[in-house]
Amino acid sequence: MNTTSLLVFDGLLLFSIVGLAWASLATTDERRSVILFMAFGLVLAVAWGRLLAPDVALAEAAIGAGLSGALLLAAARKQPRLLSPGSSKGSRHPDGANVSLVSRWAVTLLSAALAGTLAWALLHAFSSTPHDMLPRAISGNLASSGVSNPVTAVLLNFRAYDTLLELAVLLTAVLGIFALGQGTPGYQPAGPIFDGLVRWLVPVLILTAGYLLWVGAHAPGGAFQAGATLAAAGVVLRLAGRSRIGLPDGFVLRIVMAAGVGVFLLVGLTLLLLGRPFLGYPPAWAGALILLIETAAMLSIAATLLLAFVGGQPQSADVNAAANRQREEMS
Amino acid sequence: MLTAQVLYGLTACVIVALGLRAALLHTSLLQRVVAINVMGAGVFMLLIAVAYRGPGLPPDPLPHALVLTGIVVAVSATALALALARRLHAEQDND
Repeated sequence: MNTTSLLVFDGLLLFSIVGLAWASLATTDERRSVILFMAFGLVLAVAWGRLLAPDVALAEAAIGAGLSGALLLAAARKQPRLLSPGSSKGSRHPDGANVSLVSRWAVTLLSAALAGTLAWALLHAFSSTPHDMLPRAISGNLASSGVSNPVTAVLLNFRAYDTLLELAVLLTAVLGIFALGQGTPGYQPAGPIFDGLVRWLVPVLILTAGYLLWVGAHAPGGAFQAGATLAAAGVVLRLAGRSRIGLPDGFVLRIVMAAGVGVFLLVGLTLLLLGRPFLGYPPAWAGALILLIETAAMLSIAATLLLAFVGGQPQSADVNAAANRQREEMS
Repeated sequence: MLTAQVLYGLTACVIVALGLRAALLHTSLLQRVVAINVMGAGVFMLLIAVAYRGPGLPPDPLPHALVLTGIVVAVSATALALALARRLHAEQDND
């Protein structure tokens, strides 16, 4: 592709990204806002592909647009117009009825000032040639990392600490959600067409998750993308009204939730006992250890994201069946 | 200076500002969560633009790994925020 056509493509892409962000934030309709946000995420994934970041593009499409969108859409469904504390008081301005004109302008000016400062700093940084010390260090040590995908090498080897703590953040978030109450009841059973689609879609999603996990060692993919895809299989099952969505019960569920952090810590501490630094894999074992950690992380991430979609501890199948019966009697 | 880097970097600044403004001004908690997510996407775009090295050249993988971490942390924060909003509302209904 020549430079001019690439520039036109960039322009169109950035125009639609800003346009979708604006449209998603300007509306007062919560559903519309969420759906536009999902479209925004999908177009962003194209932009990440354009900037040669395929790992991020996969994660954005699966997590940023897909699962975040599903979470937000489910929240908008449950409380139509109820999530806003001031919604019952008169008309709602796009930017909130309770905010005076002066403070609206002040906030706008503040945001514009932030954008200006950021842009100034960015242009300043771009005007000097990058030193590229870290990228050179990464590519120099890639051969001993156990994987050939540099992003996976950074996530699971060079900066494994970050990923360990990230899995701890995920676990903390789901524990917080558990503390806030029970999960919401399931959905009504789907019609025959959606049910038939689910029968095909769920095995394909599980297979894709396994592929993404395996391929992450040498190509775009990895535990996060795989975990999100696996969680998507559960989300589809839940939307189809199944009472079993692939989550184990009780104690096993708790083990799966903690598996990512647990296996990560276990590997790190075992290496410490063997006289190596914490999470400093021996090069000969690095590939196998990374795959082990990533498998546990994928299961934990999938369970966490699915539990977030359920909104708390999953209610037993009996409760869901009772809720469905109640709905049928009411209708 | 790469044209693409500058274009995407400046757009990222605009998106951060749009998200911040909406997060401060919206009254709906759900839309505030959406706005904070948009702001986060702007930060991600900033990092990916910094990592870009031009067509045919391998980009810097470190910001990519940071953004991957950021996306997962963002979705867990979103889930927790929505659960808090749901509980907040259940409490208000009980009053």
